[in-house]
Amino acid sequence: MSVFENSERPYVSVPVDTDFEVRSTNAMCVNQSELDEPLYTKWKYSLAGILFGIILIKSEVISWYRIQEMFRLQSFHMYGVIGSAVATGMLSVFLIKKFQVRTIQGEPIKLEDKKFNKGQIYGGLLFGFGWAMTGACPGPLFAQIGSGALAVIVTLFSAIVGTWTYGLLRDRLPH
Amino acid sequence: MPQWLLNPWPWYVAGPLIGLTVPLLLILGNKAFGISSSLRHVCAAFVPAKIPFFQYDWKKEIWNLFFVFGVGVGGYLAAHFLSSGAAPVIDPRLTAELSTYGIQEAKGIVPADLFSWGSLLTTRGLILMIGGGFLVGFGTRYAGGCTSGHAIMGLSNLQWPSLVATICFMAGGFIMANLILPYLLTL
Repeated sequence: MSVFENSERPYVSVPVDTDFEVRSTNAMCVNQSELDEPLYTKWKYSLAGILFGIILIKSEVISWYRIQEMFRLQSFHMYGVIGSAVATGMLSVFLIKKFQVRTIQGEPIKLEDKKFNKGQIYGGLLFGFGWAMTGACPGPLFAQIGSGALAVIVTLFSAIVGTWTYGLLRDRLPH
Repeated sequence: MPQWLLNPWPWYVAGPLIGLTVPLLLILGNKAFGISSSLRHVCAAFVPAKIPFFQYDWKKEIWNLFFVFGVGVGGYLAAHFLSSGAAPVIDPRLTAELSTYGIQEAKGIVPADLFSWGSLLTTRGLILMIGGGFLVGFGTRYAGGCTSGHAIMGLSNLQWPSLVATICFMAGGFIMANLILPYLLTL
């Protein structure tokens, strides 16, 4: 007999969490062991972020014009940046796996597999629309604001509202 | 400051540097590169509103917020100390098309005619900033990642769902830029 037959509440299937950017140890997130580092050590991620932000500006990938050129096939620049970034990332991950590289704290490096769901299609298309409109994905939004385009704060705020709305409607969306 | 540092960096310099963010974050603390989840953490921290999607220990993911704070600081540093101040070189076909919508010669990284406090009072500015931003936040979370999480981190780890997502990002962008945006810009 199924455990659900006698329960008072009807069994409702909850969509499996396929959001692998979040790794907290709780029901709706991917469970992954992680050392609890003290808060002040997190500044190393800000340093990494500073480097990343400088690269975003200097490579002009945060430029609305470069994004328009990419989607109009008027420039190779963005394809070169993304292509060589992926190639470098692939080689890095290959080497990390091959030599079982550890973190600076000595923890083995673990990578989650991503599971397919239809959200990657629907959500991907919607994000593509937004990318071409704003000329920015989430990372560049922060870099644009830092560089002085303060009105982009409105776009970032709207993106947060969009994320919140997704969370609200999640169970009713096809996945 | 040497001139090559002040000029825009070519793709074959910038691309590999962006790619190296993947091993950097993994080695610093087993973090998978991905930026759009920072938006989810902001929701979880400030307006969880009993929505199950935001019921998790966001403090465990706080590294992501430290990272995006750094991205903003990096943007400030690059724009103020590593910039030649020259106007970006834009494809003449794009310049010509934009001028038909009354968007003038570019100076910064976004056209001031579309993205400024004043343009929030225009129909097209409102649609691009509020509507576009909403789609970025909604779409990335629906897809489970953005350009960094899927296109760079996911493809680096040979994840085929990330390839599907990346293809859809590009397809959406092509549709918007070529079929819908020309209409939006006339509003």
